[in-house]
Amino acid sequence: MKFTLKWLNQHLDTDADVATIARTLTMIGLEVEGIEDRARDLAPFTIGYVVEAVQHPNADKLRVCKVDTGKDIVQVVCGAPNARTGMKGVFAPVGSFIPGTKLDLKKGVIRGVDSNGMLCSMREIGLGQDHDGIIDLAADAPVGQSFAAYMGYDDPVMEIKLTPDRADCLGIHGVARDLAAAGLGTLKPFEQEPVAGTFDSPLQWQRKDVGDACPLAVGRYFRNVKNGPSPQWLQERLAAIGLRPISALVDITNYVTFDLGRPLHVFDADKVKGNPTMRMAQPGEKVLALDGFEYELQPGMVVIADDECVEAIGGIMGGEHSGVTAETRNVFLEAALFDAVNTARTGRKLGINSDARYRFERGVDPESADWGIEVGARLILELCGGEVSHVTRAGERPDWHRTIEFRPERVETLGGVVVPSERQKDILSKLGFGVNEATPARWKITPPSWRADVEGEADLVEEVLRINDYDNIPVVSMPKMSALPHPAITPQQRRVPIAKRLLATRGLLEAVTFSFMPSAIARLFQPKGSNAEPVMLANPISADLDAMRPSILGNLLLAASRNAARGFPDVGLFEVGPAYLDETEKGQILSATGIRVGLYRPRHWEGKPRDVDAFDAKADVLALLQTFGAPVDNLQILSEAPGHYHPGRSAALRLGPTILAQFGELHPSVLKACDIKSAAVGFEVFLDRLPMARSKGAARPLLNASLFQPLERDFAFLVDAAVSADKLTRAARSADKALITEAKVFDLFQGGTLPDGKKSIAFSVTIQPRERTLTDQEIEALSAKIVAAVNKATGGELRK
Amino acid sequence: MQHLGGLKDKWLAAIAGAGALDQLESLRVEALGKKGEVTGLMKTLGSLTPEERKEAGQSLNQLKDALTEAIEARKAALQDQALNQRLKSETLDLTLPARPEVEGRLHPISQTIDEIIAIFGEMGFEVAEGPDIEDDFKNFTALNIPPDHPARQMQDTFYLPKRPGEAEAMVLRTHTSPVQIRTMMSKKPPIRVICPGRTYRSDSDMTHTPMFHQVEGLVVDETTHMGHLKGCLIDFVRAYFGIDDLPVRFRNSFFPFTEPSAEVDIGCDRSGGELKLGQGKDWLEILGSGMVHPKVLANCGIDPTKYQGFAFGMGIERIAMLKYGIPDLRTFFDADLRWLKHYGFVPLDVPSMTGGLTR
Repeated sequence: MKFTLKWLNQHLDTDADVATIARTLTMIGLEVEGIEDRARDLAPFTIGYVVEAVQHPNADKLRVCKVDTGKDIVQVVCGAPNARTGMKGVFAPVGSFIPGTKLDLKKGVIRGVDSNGMLCSMREIGLGQDHDGIIDLAADAPVGQSFAAYMGYDDPVMEIKLTPDRADCLGIHGVARDLAAAGLGTLKPFEQEPVAGTFDSPLQWQRKDVGDACPLAVGRYFRNVKNGPSPQWLQERLAAIGLRPISALVDITNYVTFDLGRPLHVFDADKVKGNPTMRMAQPGEKVLALDGFEYELQPGMVVIADDECVEAIGGIMGGEHSGVTAETRNVFLEAALFDAVNTARTGRKLGINSDARYRFERGVDPESADWGIEVGARLILELCGGEVSHVTRAGERPDWHRTIEFRPERVETLGGVVVPSERQKDILSKLGFGVNEATPARWKITPPSWRADVEGEADLVEEVLRINDYDNIPVVSMPKMSALPHPAITPQQRRVPIAKRLLATRGLLEAVTFSFMPSAIARLFQPKGSNAEPVMLANPISADLDAMRPSILGNLLLAASRNAARGFPDVGLFEVGPAYLDETEKGQILSATGIRVGLYRPRHWEGKPRDVDAFDAKADVLALLQTFGAPVDNLQILSEAPGHYHPGRSAALRLGPTILAQFGELHPSVLKACDIKSAAVGFEVFLDRLPMARSKGAARPLLNASLFQPLERDFAFLVDAAVSADKLTRAARSADKALITEAKVFDLFQGGTLPDGKKSIAFSVTIQPRERTLTDQEIEALSAKIVAAVNKATGGELRK
Repeated sequence: MQHLGGLKDKWLAAIAGAGALDQLESLRVEALGKKGEVTGLMKTLGSLTPEERKEAGQSLNQLKDALTEAIEARKAALQDQALNQRLKSETLDLTLPARPEVEGRLHPISQTIDEIIAIFGEMGFEVAEGPDIEDDFKNFTALNIPPDHPARQMQDTFYLPKRPGEAEAMVLRTHTSPVQIRTMMSKKPPIRVICPGRTYRSDSDMTHTPMFHQVEGLVVDETTHMGHLKGCLIDFVRAYFGIDDLPVRFRNSFFPFTEPSAEVDIGCDRSGGELKLGQGKDWLEILGSGMVHPKVLANCGIDPTKYQGFAFGMGIERIAMLKYGIPDLRTFFDADLRWLKHYGFVPLDVPSMTGGLTR
């Protein structure tokens, strides 16, 4: 919403300067977005009269001018070819900031002659590129006057950003009212007295089944108007706020829209056949609107129609058919009320943004149809001549009167500031509220017709607070709830920062990627099952962000591919965040997900480079699980990871029926889809599924360190190739759970002289005596038990 | 035993002349071994008279001690020599690179969230969370944003396809306010929570991404008023930006879910062509806030005649960009590893109010 200072001053009697007005507007909720103040920039420049211009004694191209500044006569050395005796130009005194040179003007001596100012070109004062000569003003330009004022540039244009509740400030009068309440001058009432009509309108308003969508239509007929260009003052005002002047009648409606927040429309009455009617659009009806586009209307939209066609879209835009032209002689002026929600819906469906829609969808003053028709009539008669009919009116003005109970003490108890009752009453009254001090503690407040946004006591507190200035609310730090704060996050929530920091210490960079991904990629990660389709968006921002990610892996792989394209193929990334299996709350899972792509160990002088492999991912997974106290030894490692992993080189870690984590090489088709050309592994750890440590307080169990040295025994078994290493070591440990603390694989061999389909696995068993040193016989017996247990569990033969 | 002096000199000279440890060992055996010369002399003591034996024994013991000492000294010298010799041959070119270790980094969003939690945690706030896919009621209606209200047009919402039989389609939450709603529906006042999380708006240009992060806060009790709102947020921004005298301005605004409402600006200076936070003549909008609308409280089953409080919300990327001088929002989500290494944080830099928020 834009306006000029002069326009504002038409409604507000104030001597406040632009800066004060701007600060006040911003503080009271009408945020100033910009001020275009050419007067400020041009302040030093005045109109000067060149009393005499003579040749410089020491320079061919320079002249020595005596300039009458209105205050005194000043000598100026000037290089412009058009400087001449008797001209009027733009004078800048010493000390002025010259926008064109970005320098402060200094007193100078030019080739031996004093120069005490400057005659300026357009470019020098920052108004364009013209630098062929100094500005040459008309002979009647008043010497000594501000150049900006002379040019009409001294009217700063302010733009405010209005919040959707402040429909009352969509007219400049409303802005002035707020400023007056805030102490910046006095609000000037505007003329709304009825204009006497001289005949009955040949067009009479009709309403047909529009109900509350258009509760009231008011109109007047004008005979013998002349629709020429509007006067200069009106054109300048509209131009200053960015509106193109069109014709007097159109300019009047635009002017009232911005001046008072009251949209009006004029029809060329000679083109309206039969009575204008407010009715609902018929399916398929079309109208060519004033913006030059044809719109197909739908039921539920209010239109203004005559006997033949739709002439306007109610509250939104007029139609081309009955639009006014230079030839228009008789017009019908419309001022109606349209429902906010219905107007918004219609405008959105048709995709029309107009000044009328903008106002109606925020709520136009219900009184304004009646006074608006008078304001419009007065301007039409004044600017276009002719005569006006009596008012035609259909429907009822909705009753906007309501009373809100208000306790002035709430300004202190809710607003945190003491504002004396008298001051509160003054603020509310100046804003147009009716104040009835029923009792000192409970007032009855009647909001004005233009403040539909004020619904309750809290709104009234806000009115008082904002006009009183939020700066005046004393600052109070939050009182403590307890002497020391409790933890801000739960143990469950704490897993997230711990997981992030752990993975980062393991060499992975944390990425944050969108929750969306291309649906083609999402399908590769969507778990098979009841809901095999990814969660799709109805209105994605682009085709490649159309699905919610069922796994973070895809986004990380796409990121790795982008990094590879930039020349960085070796990437380790992780993200701890949500993935979406379906649209329910439970379908959103929290996953610590990572990928390693390319070389795990880069080329180095000492050793060979190595590609990432599934065991790198396994190490990441185990580090996370161990950190969170998951019972790593009791987990089942199953080769049943979902389809986005390589079927033979991936695994899931399960606790009972719950999958805690999955990892491994990624499926070649996934890598292809994500354009990954090197080795790639990934992991997903589902943080919410990890069991919480049972709370037994902070104390640890006592350390049970044996007095006796542990001993190690190595075993090598020949087993079927399909037997997992885990099966062997579990069997070995089961031989004596008290004595055996660990069984670690240290060698794996296949091929060579070994029979086909067999492999050799060697592991060492750690035996920890607890009560005494074991005898050789006891160790032998234990070894035999281990061999027997492994043989029983796996069919493996001890290699001798 | 008159010749012991010559004997001593002979052996001492031999020991001093020993050039290697094995040679020294041979000398030791020849002199002091079982069949050594000195040992041999010791054996002759038995044939002497007690007086002679006493005198000769003493002399022999002295000789033995002297030789032993000399051998040990020579041995130490030879060992030193050998070690020095070895050390001369043992060199490493330590300009060679160490074995490579990759150091990871934390994303600025994570670090900023941890900072925010550290500060608000000090003020007694707890972290509340909720799902990203929300129903229309919690994202809009409960927050006093009815259907077709112009305020809904303030936010460009992502919708999921409407399911048959569903009155309203599910949405991607446009703010973390639904978490406030969930908190109020499930907890009794007093409430102090902050809600950090992912939020979504259908907007993408230089300064908008379709996903971003917000943190919102909510306080509900019987006495909290707008002065507390100011105090809480002033304390926060000054701690977060580490500027004790950072100017903070509250000005009237509108949000459907708060009444009265305030936008919060912090002071800055743009005069150098560069944005500098702190004292200056310019202001920078940084967050929205207000007293919780009585209708919102009532929508969540909290009696608005008894309880009141405030709420606020701000963009996490935005305050991270301001604090850490990150110029472009869109780069946050690109996972460019050069960016992650440059703007990321060392994992051991855990922000806290006692240890410091920022290094």
